Amino acid sequence: MATKKQPAKAAKQTKSASSSKIPKEVLLDLHRRMVRIRLLEEAAGRLATEARIPGFIHLYVGEEAVAAGGCAALTNEDQISSTHRGHGHLVAKGGQFKPMMAEFMGRATGYCKGKGGSMHISDLDLNMLGANGIVGAGVPIGVGAAFSNFYRDNGLVTMAFFGDGSTNIGAFHEGTNMACALGLPMVFMCENNEYAEYTARDRVMNITDVADRAVAYGMPGVVVDGMDVIAVYEAAQAAVARARAGEGPSMIECKTYRYYDHAGVSGIGKNYRSDEEVAAWKARDPIEMFEAQLSKARVLSKAAAKKIHDEINAELDEAIEWAEASPFPDPATDMLTDVYTEAS
Amino acid sequence: MTATETATDQRIITYNQAFNETLFQLMAEDEDIFVAGEDVGRYGGVFQSFAGLNAEYGDRRVVDTPIAEQAIVGLGIGAAAMGLRPVVDLMFMDFVMVAMDQIANQAAKMKYMFGGKAELPLTITTTGGAGLGAAAQHSQSLEAWLIHVPGLKLVFPSSPHDLKGLLTSCVRDNNPTIVTLHKAMLGTSGHVPEELYEIPLGKASVVQEGDDVTIVAIGRMVSVAQAAAKTLAEEGISVEIVDPRCLLPFDTDTVVESAKKTNRVVIVHEAVRNGGIGGEIAAQIQEFAFDYLDAPVARVGAPFSPVPFSPALESEYVPNPGSIADAVRGVLNR
Ligand SMILES: Cc1ncc(C[n+]2csc(CCOP(=O)(O)OP(=O)(O)O)c2C)c(N)n1
Ligand SMILES: [Mg+2]
Repeated sequence: MATKKQPAKAAKQTKSASSSKIPKEVLLDLHRRMVRIRLLEEAAGRLATEARIPGFIHLYVGEEAVAAGGCAALTNEDQISSTHRGHGHLVAKGGQFKPMMAEFMGRATGYCKGKGGSMHISDLDLNMLGANGIVGAGVPIGVGAAFSNFYRDNGLVTMAFFGDGSTNIGAFHEGTNMACALGLPMVFMCENNEYAEYTARDRVMNITDVADRAVAYGMPGVVVDGMDVIAVYEAAQAAVARARAGEGPSMIECKTYRYYDHAGVSGIGKNYRSDEEVAAWKARDPIEMFEAQLSKARVLSKAAAKKIHDEINAELDEAIEWAEASPFPDPATDMLTDVYTEAS
Repeated sequence: MTATETATDQRIITYNQAFNETLFQLMAEDEDIFVAGEDVGRYGGVFQSFAGLNAEYGDRRVVDTPIAEQAIVGLGIGAAAMGLRPVVDLMFMDFVMVAMDQIANQAAKMKYMFGGKAELPLTITTTGGAGLGAAAQHSQSLEAWLIHVPGLKLVFPSSPHDLKGLLTSCVRDNNPTIVTLHKAMLGTSGHVPEELYEIPLGKASVVQEGDDVTIVAIGRMVSVAQAAAKTLAEEGISVEIVDPRCLLPFDTDTVVESAKKTNRVVIVHEAVRNGGIGGEIAAQIQEFAFDYLDAPVARVGAPFSPVPFSPALESEYVPNPGSIADAVRGVLNR
């Protein structure tokens, strides 16, 4: 069990699927979760470019191993809190394509009836506490969910996903300290993609590893290769087990990268990241690397992997068609509903 | 064109360019001015409003900050108390709430609590408003939250010209000021003189003169009211449009004068109608022009819900020329 912060360099070694003792079903499950996220996001990016999805979308492409590895270590009943870049978290927690696509398109059949859109997508039935438009705001909300687990002594765990940039805001520090002080069953899952919007981490933080911050609150912090789904999964399993055993919160920092722009596919300026940097990260694509390992370990052949992609793409095509055929909410009847809970 | 205006007055630039140019010019004339905020440095701001400033003035005067709204405003307060003239950016007006303690408890009250000794030449810039499908936490107009706080000044420019003049006045003012840009107006253009000029804080402008009804419109709603006025003119209704420009301090005189002239008033803002600034303006009109009113003052604003994401809802949520024209016909009993 990793309970000490490791140097970032240690993360560069990819865990091998063949050498790990992870059961085949779990390996296939991790793979499927990642591919579902990737293909949904590629489709969402396309639809946004074609103006079939309105507003801002923050794509998760490149970071799939984090949501997949993290959520695979949870049960359906465990909760997650999320960020503005939340599609991947919801998919990894079991989110379905149809209501997701419908929500992105602002339809009445979406997860949030078209009222929230991409930035607020959620399904509480899946114990996903919502994407969030306010950076850092998901962390304290996750603390509250973890408190409910502690209060009820129900053995459940909450995993809060957050970006590197969000660890600079007060809400993050207040939330992590409170969770540690109260010893709550919680896992803090950092997606360190080295940028907050268009600003590089080293311009706004005087540390390289976010996991260093764990020490300040008295919890273990580990750094893992966020492009290696096995590494993420194993770290998450250990942290979840620790939380479930009543030993308190842990932090996992996943070094990862987003392939597309901060919002949408390509933004107004590209000058903030070099092409070489983007290419270097893409060369370590989490899905390609994992598929190569699975093939080598004879868990999943290249042909079988392709079949999975095709199946998921077919499911997506159907979801897009369904969503686009769905009605929009009606201002006359839907504008003022859902503001309050009606007296029962 | 008046006699004092020159050929450069006819230059047309965008709202966003007016903001950018004004900061360049202000920073050139005053070494104490610095800019700080998320993405404002190397990248030039998420809307490119700060483009080029970092290259020109360097990291010392154009600071990329961490995502830390409380500390961003606090940085401005502390530096201002020490005599600098900070311009700090909160990107989206919704994030004002994240920094509300520093704004409302600290910046606004410091002078009073210290018996008048503190001087805070601090300017906060931000972008408000809906219309971009940005949903509930990136679309709000929160001026009503801010005008309730003694010690602050707040402007909401409705054109590139006013943006330049109001921003200049705010930055040169020795009090905490907040400049709200409308994010759906960034690309709109208009005449802007090249040299710096001030528009006094607390001075409304009569955008259009008319006889039958006064529309008091705020920010982007000024242009929407103009569109409504066009339709109404075809029906023989003559509309006067008053743009307060500065919401705190508020130019009661100009609004009341117009109400006395037309005897009917419709107030339009994008924020939720309930508890909005329209209520305050209506109260002032009835205090000072009650005997002149031929109809109750009407208010047009957003319904009592968060800003919805779906374009189907958002397009009806924000007041439009149709809903404004309806309200005008309403006060005329037509
Ligand atoms: C309180 C607050 N401040 C600023 C923003 C604007 N904003 C949205 S995402 C973002 C960057 C977040 O960076 P990070 O946490 O690293 O997440 P990433 O986008 O890299 O996944 C910023 C500054 C916001 N939404 N909320
Ligand atoms: Mg980041």
